[in-house]
Amino acid sequence: MLIPCPYCGPRDSGEFTYRGDATVTRPDADNTNIEDWCGYVYSRTNPMGVHQDYWHHVQGCRLLLKVTRNTLTHEVSGAEIVGAWQNWQNSQSQSGAVNSQNKDGAA
Amino acid sequence: MRYNFLSLAANALSGNKHWAKAWRSPDPKPEYDAIIVGGGGHGLATAYYLAKNHGLTNIAVLEKGWLGGGNVGRNTTIVRSNYQMPANAQFYEHSMKLWEGLSQELNYNVMFSQRGILNLAHTPAQMDTHARRGNAMRMKGVDARLIGREEVAARVPGLDVTPNARFPIVGALLQERAGTARHDAVAWGYARGADMLGVDIIQNCEVTGFVFDENDRNKVVGVQTTRGKIGSKKVGVAVAGHTSHVMAMAGLTSLPIESHVLQAFVTEPIKPLLDTVVSFGAGHFYISQSDKGGLVFGGDPDLYNSYAQRGNLPMIEDVMSIAVALFPNASRLRLLRHWGGIMDMSMDGSPIITKTPKDGLYLNGGWCYGGFKATPASGWCFAHTIANDQPHEYNAAFTLDRFNRGTTIDEKGIGPFPGAH
Repeated sequence: MLIPCPYCGPRDSGEFTYRGDATVTRPDADNTNIEDWCGYVYSRTNPMGVHQDYWHHVQGCRLLLKVTRNTLTHEVSGAEIVGAWQNWQNSQSQSGAVNSQNKDGAA
Repeated sequence: MRYNFLSLAANALSGNKHWAKAWRSPDPKPEYDAIIVGGGGHGLATAYYLAKNHGLTNIAVLEKGWLGGGNVGRNTTIVRSNYQMPANAQFYEHSMKLWEGLSQELNYNVMFSQRGILNLAHTPAQMDTHARRGNAMRMKGVDARLIGREEVAARVPGLDVTPNARFPIVGALLQERAGTARHDAVAWGYARGADMLGVDIIQNCEVTGFVFDENDRNKVVGVQTTRGKIGSKKVGVAVAGHTSHVMAMAGLTSLPIESHVLQAFVTEPIKPLLDTVVSFGAGHFYISQSDKGGLVFGGDPDLYNSYAQRGNLPMIEDVMSIAVALFPNASRLRLLRHWGGIMDMSMDGSPIITKTPKDGLYLNGGWCYGGFKATPASGWCFAHTIANDQPHEYNAAFTLDRFNRGTTIDEKGIGPFPGAH
């Protein structure tokens, strides 16, 4: 299974640490609703199909990626950088310098 | 037809032409007293105990594929009850006691072999944590012994016990009553046992939705399937890795479960090398030798959400490296078979056997990769919960809401990271 790192290119999944479900959003620190917090920590939709995960490229550029991946077929259809370096990815795409799509990633 | 010396002799003498099918393949009836969704080990065991212990025989097991084709046919066959948390120790020991009489109970040889399990320790501190767990086990009446390096070496001749080993062995926690069983036989034994009591096992029948009472949308009255609508006021779901997928159809769309892939392996058959079960203490790895001679082993899940029933190379290499570190003489063996299953990883690593917010709907899941050993007690407790609309004392703690209430049962103490359990 190849993860298309926007900086490094398609890399074997073994170079990454899986950081879990990217479809849940941490509540604001001043949110006092216990249900919101329990939902964030414990509740998962766990879909059989297209999903979004966080993968941390620990053996490469160490960027945190949000990857769109099918949990049934392992087909990876895209990855975007999460956090401060997101703007770098956008500027690269505009100039056509980096191809962040990987259509051969199924494994 | 009961299996015994007489039926064996009679059939042998008549050319083995008159063995009866082990279970029928009936068409689904329009209505049952209870439906079990999922024809794996737990679903079949539940149906058996519903009929045997509770007299509910007008019931059906619905299996989307072929019975026993899921995780019950894909595991590494280990049976043990060496858990630390009281709720787990009690539950798995109940299961162990059921295992000890299971072949007789089912009139089917499940090949339960109480060859013991050694949890290796590689540091003195690890011996202390093993002692703690062993004492917790003994307080619950479960057998446990702490042994030193010499006894480990005597029990497991192929193990690298030299000081030069990558992770030198200091000792182990031993549960002598633990062991292995033939996984397929467990599914088939429960299927045949349930069928003999009148249970309908309906294969190639996938649930596509739930039917609720028109006047009370919270009450289950049946299921929609690929073989038509089937009515029942009691529906128990036991579908392991597909729990989220099936329960979403009933409107429970967010559960404390993630589905992950776990790979397992068998080598080519060899002469007897290992007559007990060994688990590694410096990483996640467990190994035994089947009666056919292959080494059966596994390690960590691949550690990402997956429903693919197959994994990838990085984890395969990881598991092989531990196998060879423990048993250097295994390095030349060829791997004969390798497969993956879908693990329903719960948020605390412990199971869920419970009523749900919907009347008449019961859930059995969250087994992570530890469901095989639980098969008898899981079926027994789930049957009790369904028949009485109340959990038994042994599964009372395995609720769906324990996470939000702060009463998680976390053996490893690692928190809400499903893949890590």
